Amino acid sequence: MPGGLVMDQLKRKLLELLNTDARMTAATLATMLDAEEEQVKQALREMEEEHVIIKYAPVVNWGKVDEDKVTALIEVQIHPEKGRGFDGIAEKIYRYPEVKSVYLMSGAYDLCVEIEGRTLKEVASFVSQRLSTVEAVLSTKTYFILKKYKQDGVIFEDTEGDQRMLVSP
Amino acid sequence: MTIQTEKGMLSYLNSTVKAIPPSGIRKFFDLASASKDIISLGVGEPDFVTPWNVRQAAVEGIETGRTSYTGNAGLPELREEIAIYLHREFELHYEPMKEVIVTIGGSEAIDLALRALIEHGDEILIPEPCYISYSPLTRLHGGVPVGIETFASDQFKLRADALEKAITPKSKVLILCYPSNPTGGIMTREEMLPIAQLVEKHDLIVISDEIYAELTYGMKHTSFASLPGMKDRTILVSGFSKAFAMTGWRMGYACGHPDLIAAMLKIHQYTVMCAPIMGQLASIEALRHGMEEKDKMRESYNQRRRLVVTGFRQIGLECHEPHGAFYAFPSIQSTGLTSEQFAYRLLQEGKVAAVPGHVFGLGGEGFLRCSYATSVSKLNEAIERIGNLIIMLSDEKK
Repeated sequence: MPGGLVMDQLKRKLLELLNTDARMTAATLATMLDAEEEQVKQALREMEEEHVIIKYAPVVNWGKVDEDKVTALIEVQIHPEKGRGFDGIAEKIYRYPEVKSVYLMSGAYDLCVEIEGRTLKEVASFVSQRLSTVEAVLSTKTYFILKKYKQDGVIFEDTEGDQRMLVSP
Repeated sequence: MTIQTEKGMLSYLNSTVKAIPPSGIRKFFDLASASKDIISLGVGEPDFVTPWNVRQAAVEGIETGRTSYTGNAGLPELREEIAIYLHREFELHYEPMKEVIVTIGGSEAIDLALRALIEHGDEILIPEPCYISYSPLTRLHGGVPVGIETFASDQFKLRADALEKAITPKSKVLILCYPSNPTGGIMTREEMLPIAQLVEKHDLIVISDEIYAELTYGMKHTSFASLPGMKDRTILVSGFSKAFAMTGWRMGYACGHPDLIAAMLKIHQYTVMCAPIMGQLASIEALRHGMEEKDKMRESYNQRRRLVVTGFRQIGLECHEPHGAFYAFPSIQSTGLTSEQFAYRLLQEGKVAAVPGHVFGLGGEGFLRCSYATSVSKLNEAIERIGNLIIMLSDEKK
């Protein structure tokens, strides 16, 4: 490899760059990282196959889209299953399409569940009818998200922009 | 009493000031500002905003009432941090209380150094193309700028034979600026050693403007002051603008022999008193906790550097490999246009602003300074637009 990047380093650098803009072409990425285009393609293929890269999706500020959306974070306490711990119960929850993310947490509760719905009522009914009724669930605490400022390292309404003069010495 | 204006206000002006032409960059700034949808490769500053922790340090200073003057040479903590940093990164040893002065940008440091050194008629050796202020400042202080042309075939490095040819009994100061604005050229330790020998032989003082020291790619910068015997003969000029994305703060410094720094301090205290305290507080934070961010920015410049250099070569422009700063300096000689004509048409027809090389002095004609401190998507778009103009120009020739 021309720049002396070994495959693992190349992959890491690719992930960092794609995280800033997933639409960059293999050719551009290769030039920027001083690698061969073929190697970049291979690295991307491998990472896709290994599910290191799961998909290329935009970061959307849904608040700007003319559509009602309610998001809630729910702290869930559960009673772990013998043998499987939290994984089986987590799956029972994350399989619902309304559930956007699920994390196993350390601390006062076990699962952090992010739920999205069209109305407050819809989210509330999901919590009471689907989530709370899972046998191992001991308790839930629901917090509605009022505004998203930053997600995945991206500031949603960044007012800083490029304020430089067009030409300077 | 009204001023007698029949003869015009200009007649009151100092003749040296009057004789200095306005910067060629200014003209392009006006042109570019009047146009719409411009992608600018003409910006001589980072596209990053100052790191948040550095900004917060200034805010905290303001909130806790740190709004006073500081000592003329700058806050002792800042001078100490500068000395520690220069030692760690560039193997330089400066005594913070005697050999370091904090200035209003690297620009003031250059001005102070020239003012402190120049006697009327002294010749100041300036490798060109170079940053636009050296020659006008030299004239303002009564010196005679002597340009030394450098060439793309040498990657715009100063060659010892060219320097020796330019030296006369009146030569007093050599100004070095590597990594270079506008060429992106650098000089390695080995390449600077013969320069240092000439400096010694002809008893010169060097003003080494190392403002881009942190931005070299593939190799670490060597400070001219770290060469054998050069510490006392060198006034090192640097600052926070480029490395820490702090251009608007106007924070710079100079380091050198205590006698030279004391002379510069004298001028500094009578002209500006001290650098603003808020900027000094921010600079302390940058040196204490800004290294990781600085390294990230450098990596990002390097990625974009490869992109533009490869891009220029793909559209048929010769471009020497710039190993420093954030400029590429492609040749547009193949188009048959002067750099001013090319830059003008690029702006009007291609909607890309770049600075024509001739404004940077000897050796700049035929080149274009392109800053790659802008987003990848804009760089790609700019390269495409430049490529289209080149195709159009070659069609015109037929």
